[in-house]
Amino acid sequence: MTQVERQQWDVVIVGAGGAGLRAAIEAREQGLRTAVICKSLFGKAHTVMAEGGIAASMGNANPGDNWEVHFRDTMRGGKFLNQWRMAELHAKEAPDRVWELETWGALFDRTADGRISQRNFGGHEYPRLAHVGDRTGLELIRTLQQKTVALQQEDYKETGDYESRLKVFQECTVTRILKSPVEGGAPGEEAVSGVFCYERESGRFFVVEAPSVVLATGGIGKSFKVTSNSWEYTGDGHALALLAGASLINMEFVQFHPTGMVWPPSVKGILVTESVRGDGGVLRNSEGKRFMFDYIPDVFKEKYAESEAEADGWYEDPENNRRPPELLPRDEVARAINAEVKAGRGSPHGGVFLDVSTRMPADVIKRRLPSMHHQFKELADVDITSEAMEVGPTCHYVMGGVDVDPDTAAAIGVTGLYAAGEVAGGMHGSNRLGGNSLSDLLVFGRRAGLHAAQYAASLKGDGRPVVSEEQIESASDEALRPFSAAEVPEGEPAENPYTLHQHLQQSMNDLVGIIRRDEEMTQALERLAELRVRATYAGVEGHRQFNPGWHLAIDLRNMLLVSECVARAALTRTESRGGHTRDDFPDMDRQWRRSNLVCTLADEPVSVDASTQPGEAAKRADRGRIDLRRRDMPPIRPDLLGLFEKEELIKYLTDEELTAE
Amino acid sequence: MSAETHAGEGTGTHTRPGAHDAGGTAEGTGTPGAVSGGAPDSTGTSYIADFQVWRGDLDGGALEDFKVEVFEGEVVLDIVHRLQATQAPDLAVRWNCKAGKCGSCSAEINGRPRLLCMTRMSVFERSETITITPLRANPVIRDLVTDVSYNYTKAREIPSFVPPADLGPGEYRMQQEDVGRSQEFRKCIECFLCQDVCHVVRDHEENKQAFAGPRFLMRQAELDMHPLDAAEESGLDRKSSAQEDHGLGYCNITKCCTEVCPEGIKITDNALIPLKERAADRKYDPIVWLGNKIRRRNGA
Repeated sequence: MTQVERQQWDVVIVGAGGAGLRAAIEAREQGLRTAVICKSLFGKAHTVMAEGGIAASMGNANPGDNWEVHFRDTMRGGKFLNQWRMAELHAKEAPDRVWELETWGALFDRTADGRISQRNFGGHEYPRLAHVGDRTGLELIRTLQQKTVALQQEDYKETGDYESRLKVFQECTVTRILKSPVEGGAPGEEAVSGVFCYERESGRFFVVEAPSVVLATGGIGKSFKVTSNSWEYTGDGHALALLAGASLINMEFVQFHPTGMVWPPSVKGILVTESVRGDGGVLRNSEGKRFMFDYIPDVFKEKYAESEAEADGWYEDPENNRRPPELLPRDEVARAINAEVKAGRGSPHGGVFLDVSTRMPADVIKRRLPSMHHQFKELADVDITSEAMEVGPTCHYVMGGVDVDPDTAAAIGVTGLYAAGEVAGGMHGSNRLGGNSLSDLLVFGRRAGLHAAQYAASLKGDGRPVVSEEQIESASDEALRPFSAAEVPEGEPAENPYTLHQHLQQSMNDLVGIIRRDEEMTQALERLAELRVRATYAGVEGHRQFNPGWHLAIDLRNMLLVSECVARAALTRTESRGGHTRDDFPDMDRQWRRSNLVCTLADEPVSVDASTQPGEAAKRADRGRIDLRRRDMPPIRPDLLGLFEKEELIKYLTDEELTAE
Repeated sequence: MSAETHAGEGTGTHTRPGAHDAGGTAEGTGTPGAVSGGAPDSTGTSYIADFQVWRGDLDGGALEDFKVEVFEGEVVLDIVHRLQATQAPDLAVRWNCKAGKCGSCSAEINGRPRLLCMTRMSVFERSETITITPLRANPVIRDLVTDVSYNYTKAREIPSFVPPADLGPGEYRMQQEDVGRSQEFRKCIECFLCQDVCHVVRDHEENKQAFAGPRFLMRQAELDMHPLDAAEESGLDRKSSAQEDHGLGYCNITKCCTEVCPEGIKITDNALIPLKERAADRKYDPIVWLGNKIRRRNGA
């Protein structure tokens, strides 16, 4: 019998990036005792990697901007698959969320009249991104971190304990969301009762009991080989939600950022900010041609320039010129680069050229893009003020995520569970616009924190679900399984989690990557089944204290689950839209626009859980774990549809939908 | 290596690691900065390097020898990952972004505090034995992972930004040249290399109580230079707080912190020295002294 420490809090936030910290601040300001659990050190979350800015229609750079324009751009970017209510709330609330950061000490770059400067970005009609050079994510995370500390200082004054009402459990990982029967509820009715965690430093297990859990764990990029994501992005929240009975939607939509570094190999995938293009950088192929003019899709024809002269004129005179096609939404640019490289017009290391050196003076580049200048100089020996960068697509973001209520961020189907930020699905539809992520984190982080707090406050002390010893035992067995992995069958090589991870990344990259085909995705599902079996043999060496091999073995469960969702959904959606491109179904299909693909854990407990015997585990792991169904989306509210011209709507909506309004 | 050298390489004067990329799809091949630690898909030149990595915990430890393959363009963190994947799966190291933005992978390479992800292998001779040890000023947890809690404790002791009472959200107006100074300090990625190298605490654990360290003295300078910080109106003098409560006086401007800063922040020149000067002004300026007296009386 393992002795596991239990702590009681009101709200638990899993993840300490932008969404998690904003949720934590809100829950604490609602007066609730709030615990934040994060895999890394406090202040290191992946949000620091965001470079370009926060999209918010403050109208500082162009007074024509407002929430309606932002909403339209967001829906267009997502090819109208967005959960429209989320897109509406996001566009309306983003400015308040940015201004609030200033009152917490954030220092954005300024306009000449002293307001927050806003820059151009792909898919945004007006300059809209509040920014700090190209390190906006760092400013965001630091501001939220410092606000968290400010609240802790208030609590210290009052209680003598910094952590009395807001505590960050850093370098801890949640492996299970715990649910318990609801007292006085219907038979079988369950609600969230807490989370099961381990501390990386000691390997010690602990349970945080709380009626509200907010998932803010970010994305899934570490399932892909070429990615801009850090090791933390193993789809933990996605998997935890599935295992707790929630659904994931839109998992087929994975954003490949068009510009990642391609050389040297060890940095392949590291992000090159879209600001490079927003500030005037252009894409060229090996023939020196600005190829993006050849890739403007019909739905965007009216909005983008047809000649270089017009495109260049836009930076100074946006009223009389259309935008350069380098600023198309990310999915379009990524596909274009992919096509150029395939056609043999790539750069020496398999990308294309992104050039600012001929577009602006060296000192302007250094001021506006300091991190990029530094990154290329240090890691690739390239001086971007005098030569072009080589760039290519890199797995960057997952549009899919937990199926949530748009207003409250509550996970549908699991009482007490909330999700915000990248782990939540719907907001961005089939493709996210650059800059809309940081604003998403703040808008829905706050909403999740607020509603999680209100729900927790609504439960009376004894009305809270209680975590049972059996649950703890079972979660503990599961987490320890890598130390007693199943015996490798005769003649098979020993498995280690690092090798399995590499194979998973290679499979997803090659078979469910930027361009997809039926046969390849079918093959991917077979490989995933094989990897699930092999994962049961993957053992780890050493002990529980700060053991990365063990941590990876635990994360593999999550990556395998999430990868299966991506592959199954991608195989099922027989059209191309946003971050999902099918070679065998190259067109967008209006019938599919109305549909979400919903992933749930298969009814049959084929999982390798605590009750599974080692030998049996492999047999059971052979079968798929995910059920998929197609579900209609709620029709877009008429007043929101009214923000678009009919001619534009015809491109996306079915005739039936258009006549219905 | 100069930019010209790289341009030369790009035109194919050597065997490129990503050579078969160009013929395939952009997404198909190549090695990411991944946990993978496997060899890059590479026909490029590689060599075997000698490494010594400190392994152990609070109870003690020692340098362990490794021979490990190194490929073109790699950084030290790639090598640590390769060790994990092939020779030492439980080797403990912190890292996150692998792009010099999060400040997690701080360690000492050949005795110098550096980020593992921003230290390229090409800066070393191939014959050189490269030694990686944990940050010396911190208690070790395991292998390359140290206890950084000193920094989080100090962060909490620095008085936070005080918003001006008369300005609501959206009403802040500041000029770029006025925010620029604090913005330089906000580039800090909290890698804590400066906190490790600073001689005040590097070998003097006993000074940690009284001394916040360069990072958090700089934080005070940052707030002090924030155009709208209303600390003074609230009765808080950040300069004397830095001097009296956070050990600014311990700093004797040897600039070690500036030298190791991976963000190139001029910690000493732009933050600590100005803060010292302003603290001194406070102390000795009779008008300031008088003003303080009056305000205190008014406030009382």
